[in-house]
Amino acid sequence: MQRHLISAADLTRDDAVLILDTAEEMARVADRPIKKLPTLRGRTIVNLFFEDSTRTRISFEAAEKRLSADVINFTAKGSSVSKGESLKDTAQTLEAMGVDAVVIRHGASGAPYRLANSGWIDAAVINAGDGTHQHPTQALLDAFTVRRRLLGRDAGLGQDLSGKRITIVGDVLHSRVARSNVDLLHTLGAEVTLVAPPTLVPVGVDTWPCTVSYDLDSALPKSDAVMMLRVQRERMNAAFFPTEREYSRRYGLDGDRMARLPEHAIVMHPGPMVRGMEITAEVADSDRCTAVEQVANGVSIRMAVLYLLLGGNEPAQTRTEEK
Amino acid sequence: MDKHDTPARPQASDARPVLEGPDIARVLTRIAHEIVERAKGADDVVLLGIPTRGVFLAQRLAAKLEQITDRTIPVGSLDITMYRDDLRMHPPRALARTDIPGDGIDGRLVVLVDDVLFSGRTIRAALDALNDIGRPRAVQLAVLVDRGHRELPIRADYVGKNLPTSLRETVKVQLAEEDGRDTVLLGAKAGQ
Repeated sequence: MQRHLISAADLTRDDAVLILDTAEEMARVADRPIKKLPTLRGRTIVNLFFEDSTRTRISFEAAEKRLSADVINFTAKGSSVSKGESLKDTAQTLEAMGVDAVVIRHGASGAPYRLANSGWIDAAVINAGDGTHQHPTQALLDAFTVRRRLLGRDAGLGQDLSGKRITIVGDVLHSRVARSNVDLLHTLGAEVTLVAPPTLVPVGVDTWPCTVSYDLDSALPKSDAVMMLRVQRERMNAAFFPTEREYSRRYGLDGDRMARLPEHAIVMHPGPMVRGMEITAEVADSDRCTAVEQVANGVSIRMAVLYLLLGGNEPAQTRTEEK
Repeated sequence: MDKHDTPARPQASDARPVLEGPDIARVLTRIAHEIVERAKGADDVVLLGIPTRGVFLAQRLAAKLEQITDRTIPVGSLDITMYRDDLRMHPPRALARTDIPGDGIDGRLVVLVDDVLFSGRTIRAALDALNDIGRPRAVQLAVLVDRGHRELPIRADYVGKNLPTSLRETVKVQLAEEDGRDTVLLGAKAGQ
């Protein structure tokens, strides 16, 4: 594995499977009376959040604390950043404090890459979402959820997602979750279909390892998992579709559409859900919707990533020899 | 612990077996009887094997204990990777399964099972791991081979074979479940 986790595209198949397998063992810690491991004792991790986030930040914080790391939370609001400090100066401040890893969320695509490759800091950098670029731990927890549900907890160990058909629906244009998922799911051998109105499909999507469709109804019967994306109004500065009603009619998942999915298929949502927009309450509350499970899986995945990047004297090496 | 550190390689031709399949079976039968004797019937015994080969030994011991006592003996596994004291000296290792039997370990007699007792550091890590899982009535240790060279004040309660070794030697336990055959090999370290 590389020293930083910036993009899901940086992970090889073996890296990704190792992370998923490790997360499966980490998940078992959550069932214990003492949900804590001593593994990262004495390591300091900074959660550097320039953008609002609830679940990702809490999830990282829970993962760090379960591994006994020292956690420093830094939010841009009310910090030196609101006084005009640059990323470089913030980074050098953290470096001076001797941090071992920086978990960064930033509104600008590429900020984590800059932080990792500029020579400003020595610490490992973990991307917790940058602009419309990448959100690798989200893709990992989604892949973990798919593997658990479709293959089983134990049966899935060591396996990738070969041949699984996964449909990602909605605001692909603004979605770092979609980008990361396309990269990672492809690496793991899954077939990915993006479904979105033409205005919400990014330019250059033809170079991505996936197919694109504008018709949700024809994609549903061929899906093992459907991933619904939130329409990111905060990133929209133009009219991408006429009305919300028309959007949810054509691209929202309701009970009737869910019935067209194969029996075993699951419905995923990275959260936060906008009920009535991309997903109806009926679907969101059904057994097939994994939104809550994804949050729980997020902690296990982040524990696995932190352990594999910081647990030893260098990042984990993927085993080449067969056991 | 160090036995895991030597990378897998073809056994040197001069590695000689010190225990063969029938010896291992006999030794495990004896340990099972000792456990029953010392635990006065073994009614609260929980066997926890340390991956990889300790788990298979624990399962074999449990089968023998069940023959002797006519009761089901809870058996599980305890991965100690994240409690090791040399984590920072290597890249992170893949984790093995920790599987605690349903009734837990609180108030029970936990018998840790491992293949080779060497520095004692694995067992120290296992004791730390147990601490996070519950509070046993007592903890005991059963090993197939005790090769000496302890670095911590730790000893085994049940020993299959005491094998005086030099630090230039390696002890390799092979079990049918993992390696296709049962044997304990004493060899020389590579390059010595």
